[in-house]
Amino acid sequence: MSGLFDLAVAVARIAIMLIFCLTFVVVLTWAERKGAAYMQDRRGPNRAKILGLTLGGIFHPLADAIKFLFKEDFIPDHVHRLFYQMAPMFALAPALMTIAVIPFGPPVTIAGKTIPLQIADLNVGILYVFAMSGLTVYGVILAGWASNSKYPLLGGLRSSAQMISYEVSLGLSIIGVVMVFRSVKLSQIVASQGDLLWGIVPQWGVVVQPLGFILFLVALYAEANRTPFDLPEGESEIVAGFHTEYGSFKFSMFMMAEYFHLVVGSLLVATLFFGGWQFPYLASSGFVLPGGFSIGLPGAVVLLLRIGALFAKVVFFAWLFIWVRWTIPRFRYDQVMRLGWKVMLPLSLLNIFATGIALLLVA
Amino acid sequence: MGETLYLLEIVKGLGVTMGHLLRNIVRQENIPTIEYPEVRRVMPPRFRGLHRLMKRPDGSPRCVACFCCSTACPAVCITIVAGESPDPKVEKYPVRFDIDMLRCIFCGLCVEACPCDAIRMDTGWFTPPENTREKLIYTIDMLLEK
Repeated sequence: MSGLFDLAVAVARIAIMLIFCLTFVVVLTWAERKGAAYMQDRRGPNRAKILGLTLGGIFHPLADAIKFLFKEDFIPDHVHRLFYQMAPMFALAPALMTIAVIPFGPPVTIAGKTIPLQIADLNVGILYVFAMSGLTVYGVILAGWASNSKYPLLGGLRSSAQMISYEVSLGLSIIGVVMVFRSVKLSQIVASQGDLLWGIVPQWGVVVQPLGFILFLVALYAEANRTPFDLPEGESEIVAGFHTEYGSFKFSMFMMAEYFHLVVGSLLVATLFFGGWQFPYLASSGFVLPGGFSIGLPGAVVLLLRIGALFAKVVFFAWLFIWVRWTIPRFRYDQVMRLGWKVMLPLSLLNIFATGIALLLVA
Repeated sequence: MGETLYLLEIVKGLGVTMGHLLRNIVRQENIPTIEYPEVRRVMPPRFRGLHRLMKRPDGSPRCVACFCCSTACPAVCITIVAGESPDPKVEKYPVRFDIDMLRCIFCGLCVEACPCDAIRMDTGWFTPPENTREKLIYTIDMLLEK
């Protein structure tokens, strides 16, 4: 009986998290098109209609999905058939797997059992995230190589060089957070961020690691292949980069992987640097303000506020991805490499050093 | 200093794009895009658009099939077949009057050449797309309707 209950809980958590993220991906594709349009003084998608309603083009992702599903699944003659078909899966699957360790709420107690609102509370937490996100580069390289044509190969090469360079800074920028919160378990990192610093400021990652946050954000954009680091698919130079030779649902899988990275990236920034599900000054009994003030709230309201807080943070960071994309032009390739190795890497090492000294002095 | 740090400039740029976004959401009517099939661009009054043939008060074509327009046409897109008019006051009338819109260069010389003001190019619209070539050869009935 207890085994069945655990299984049901596990399945429910996976289902909720996956459905949330996939729905979010769908909405993001719409938000990207519509946001881009308004930023560029255009109207954006507004034609797809259901029952005469357009609702600002919200049905366009649905129309896109139907279009992709009904297109011919074409495989060009010159490609390596096995790798060509593997590549979209390799792009999408690691992105899907990354969400497993992200806590989307505090542990809840149901029928005397404490259930962490997290698919798997691994003790290697962050390391698992990096292991998985490191795999995504295979999807891109495989696509570039298997396509057996010029531009995809260039796109694949660019992306492998870029992702490997920025993975270093990405990993190093996290070390500071791990040092401050003394854990690589994401649930523990989020729980530590509920404390107050000097009794006033919430001890969020961004407060204790401001430089680490900026470095992480920049490296994350490079890892997710988003503008200004979207060289692997630089349209003006190499057609569509690694997915030039892909069509129909395979292309759609690359698209989904890109947006899924965006969602996972936003979840990670929120979790590591903005307190995850922590609502400022909200303890499990209700609001506790610095002046000794407190407002009691029922447990369910606190839970909803906390999940809502994570949701709001994720929406903001996902929007920031889109916002930045339509603001900054793409870097030149040598600029990307220079930024990665000559600016990001020394700064992230400096950040670790400074954090170490600060921790020594505090202790 | 601001440009070397780069991040400050990015924040300024974010402000610019967000300004555009908010302005366009609040004042949708100021977006320059014309939503084509529902809304049409207003052409200037002297725009040379699709041709139309004028009618007499009794509804018959004003054209007397004098061939001035087809002679003047540098693109040779007007085909006229003349017939004897049933009206004793009018000598001829066009049995066929076809304009091949695929050949027409919209120069307006036919309008200049017409002695009876029977052809005009004041419809204010250009050739719409069609899926066959035949549909773009406008016959006399279509031209009289415009």
